[in-house]
Amino acid sequence: MSHTVPTANYLILAAVLFCMGMLGVLLRRNALVVFMCIELMLNAANLTFLAFARERGDSIGHLSAFFIIAVAAAEAAVGLAIVIAVFRSRGTVNIEEIQSMKH
Amino acid sequence: MSAEQVLFWVFAVATVVAAGGVILARNPIACAMSLVATFFFLAGIYVLLWAHTIAAVQVLVYAGAIMVLFLFVLMLMSLSDQGPVMTFSAWRIAGVVAVVTVLAALVLVFRRLPAQESLAWSGDAARLGDFGTIKHLGAVMYTQWLFPFEAVSLLLLVAIVGAVVVAKARV
Repeated sequence: MSHTVPTANYLILAAVLFCMGMLGVLLRRNALVVFMCIELMLNAANLTFLAFARERGDSIGHLSAFFIIAVAAAEAAVGLAIVIAVFRSRGTVNIEEIQSMKH
Repeated sequence: MSAEQVLFWVFAVATVVAAGGVILARNPIACAMSLVATFFFLAGIYVLLWAHTIAAVQVLVYAGAIMVLFLFVLMLMSLSDQGPVMTFSAWRIAGVVAVVTVLAALVLVFRRLPAQESLAWSGDAARLGDFGTIKHLGAVMYTQWLFPFEAVSLLLLVAIVGAVVVAKARV
């Protein structure tokens, strides 16, 4: 009789988190909130890596999570710079009003 | 219930509630604060997975650096958004259906995973060894994973230069 939490529970939590991030990306109108939801999805991926790292006793998953965090930092810096540039030229961050590249 | 189970459910429910705050809150500042809470609860989950180092990095980099960046940008823009928080067009409703399908598929697959009790590490300090410690991670990172490490440092340098160039008023 083991009292440990099975890996599947952690994976299901990661799936719920990922899908919540995906919902936010699909439904929110504010570009900054869309970015935050992308961070949520990246965190869900991290959680999956760490859950399997514990199950397999392998620290490669930890290193992958570490690199994901570094890439997320780079992505946030560049993405927020783009949001600032768009806000400066358009005066809005509403993704429904920014569609000059759509057609 | 063991302590790990209790803590898992506390942190899991708190994480999901805080993530719900991110996608539902009207004010972007409230979204950012919910996101900080999500990161902290996730760090707790990471500690339960014996990833202490990653939990510390999560709090430092995500809840610290990245969220400060978000808050700076939010406060630079005086956002007075009067419209609806979310909009539902036909395509977006299709997207929601797709998300629910993905979630159902993932949960079904994860529930069928074979339970590998023999490899569960929690509560067994002797078998745990130096798993997840900064010493072990550092040894692996600076020997086997040296090239990805250097590539990430180059990526961060490019991101710094790119962010400055893109955000500057006049290049």
